[in-house]
Amino acid sequence: MTEQSSVDRFGRGPGLFGPHRRSGLREEGARGALIAFVSTVVFIGFVLWLILSSDTWPAVQNQFFNWGHFQTAWPAVLSGFWLDIRMFLLAEVLILAIALIVAMIRALRGPAFFPLRLLAVTFIDLIRGVPVILLILLLGFGVPALQLPGVPRSELFWGLTALVISYSAYTAEVYRAGIESVRESQRMSARSLGLTQLQTLRYVLVPQAIRNVIPALLNGFVSLQKDVALVFVLGVREGVRAAQIYNSRTFNYTGYIAATVLFLLVSVPLARFTDWYTDRDRRRKQAVGG
Amino acid sequence: MSTHRTRLGRLLVVVTALTMLAAACADDAGTTTTTSAATPATAAETTTTEATTSTTELAACTVDNLTLVTPGTLTIATGETTFPPWVGTLDGDFFDEPTSKTGFESALAYEIAGYLGFSDDQVVWERTGFDEAIIAGPKDWDFNMQQYSVTPVRDEVVDFSVPYYVTTQALVVLDGSPYAEAKTIEDLKGAKLGAALGTTSVDFVDLIIQPDTPPNVYDENFDVVSAMNAGQIEGLVVDLPTAYYVTSAQVEGSVIAGKFDADAAQPDEYGLLFAEGNPLVGCVNEAINSLLADGTIDNLITEWLEQGGGINVITG
Repeated sequence: MTEQSSVDRFGRGPGLFGPHRRSGLREEGARGALIAFVSTVVFIGFVLWLILSSDTWPAVQNQFFNWGHFQTAWPAVLSGFWLDIRMFLLAEVLILAIALIVAMIRALRGPAFFPLRLLAVTFIDLIRGVPVILLILLLGFGVPALQLPGVPRSELFWGLTALVISYSAYTAEVYRAGIESVRESQRMSARSLGLTQLQTLRYVLVPQAIRNVIPALLNGFVSLQKDVALVFVLGVREGVRAAQIYNSRTFNYTGYIAATVLFLLVSVPLARFTDWYTDRDRRRKQAVGG
Repeated sequence: MSTHRTRLGRLLVVVTALTMLAAACADDAGTTTTTSAATPATAAETTTTEATTSTTELAACTVDNLTLVTPGTLTIATGETTFPPWVGTLDGDFFDEPTSKTGFESALAYEIAGYLGFSDDQVVWERTGFDEAIIAGPKDWDFNMQQYSVTPVRDEVVDFSVPYYVTTQALVVLDGSPYAEAKTIEDLKGAKLGAALGTTSVDFVDLIIQPDTPPNVYDENFDVVSAMNAGQIEGLVVDLPTAYYVTSAQVEGSVIAGKFDADAAQPDEYGLLFAEGNPLVGCVNEAINSLLADGTIDNLITEWLEQGGGINVITG
């Protein structure tokens, strides 16, 4: 595979840091690299100068970037963040499964399946129309207050349920886009071979669809990894809430920086991985001649 | 230095008076007042640090001489949604209306303003969130009044007035809860408790009660109440005056299981919050000290915050 073929029609090529990096620099040569370096240094220098020359910087530095406070806040924030990670992993598995089922129901054809399709569409429309935070509050405080026998009351359970429901609706649409991107001839060929609707979905459409939407699914991962923190409205002491508690105790915001660092440590590699995977997948398809 | 000492002395007298009042209320339950002895000393220490900033502008605390955000107007900030008994009354009259002079803080604000020479019309109220108030930088209000507990760590970021109220923490549970009969903190080790973010109640549960399961921490007292209604927590810890409000107006079937006599990490004293270095602190301190000395604040406490004795005491 040559360098040329890996550049798509928007002029983007593969690379760790996005558009056109490697091929771009190669075309422009050493002079280009020098200009890029100097302009980056000048830009970052200017921004730093702007921040550091602010009159309130010393106060802001003390309130947001205080190493002593960072160390004191760290253990509680870290243990809260560990809860975030566990919630994220559990929720993601459930979301991938539930969303796929919803998307497959929506992809069924024929009048007999109309009620099921209607159900799937209603679910997706309603849930996507409600802010996640509202869903968390409604399920988290509302359902347990009904005191129905046998229904769990745990705030963690209902917070996660709200996240799973909400993200399933979005993810179902991602799957659907994938299913619809598979050529109609694939469906018709499968059907003409005698496969049932479900078999067609299971063995022909969905495998191709998933491959097409993996970057979008990974994007959802990155988003969910941060949104799990929202269950703090139910009193759960996850990472962000731990930072808030530290903040309200000391009036110092460095705990938030600690939480930010932790979230970045997970989300940036995940985002880089998404880019890398997308590029690799594109190159593979082009190599096949697609 | 002499002014300094008299002011300290005056505060000591006042704090002792407050303590005696608290003791009088507690007598019905036949309790001891062991905690009270420690309180004045610590309170005095807090004031020493404040006094240095305030001695200079004692000369003339009149409207014209004050450093104000808007000249001729006293701009007071309070929380977005205020609750009785701090603002408004328990039966819901004048709910969330700081201008009503009903509720302890609303009434006190106008007393302070009056002492400094402001007419009622010259008092303007602003609403702020907790974060806006504590972030570094200039403010568009003169002081912020929403039951801010004075602590040394917080004092590094903002300035506080001398305390205008010393509170105790209380436990609210649903009637019939096994914890309604709690006698000591040991009895609460197995309880799942909740408290609101930004209150010293969180610290009290974390550091003093230390239950087996860490308490849940909510955005607002209101959410703690929702969690109790949802059966997610078995008790909520709040300051005693708020406990009266929760039990009388917010959660049907809830009772005050008791107030704690355990020493918190420090006494929970409420002060007005000022931007760091605001010279107005001096004159406001003078106003508060004077209102403490002449019994005005005691009267307000009796009127709005204390609803008679008979409350169980949970000992440390």
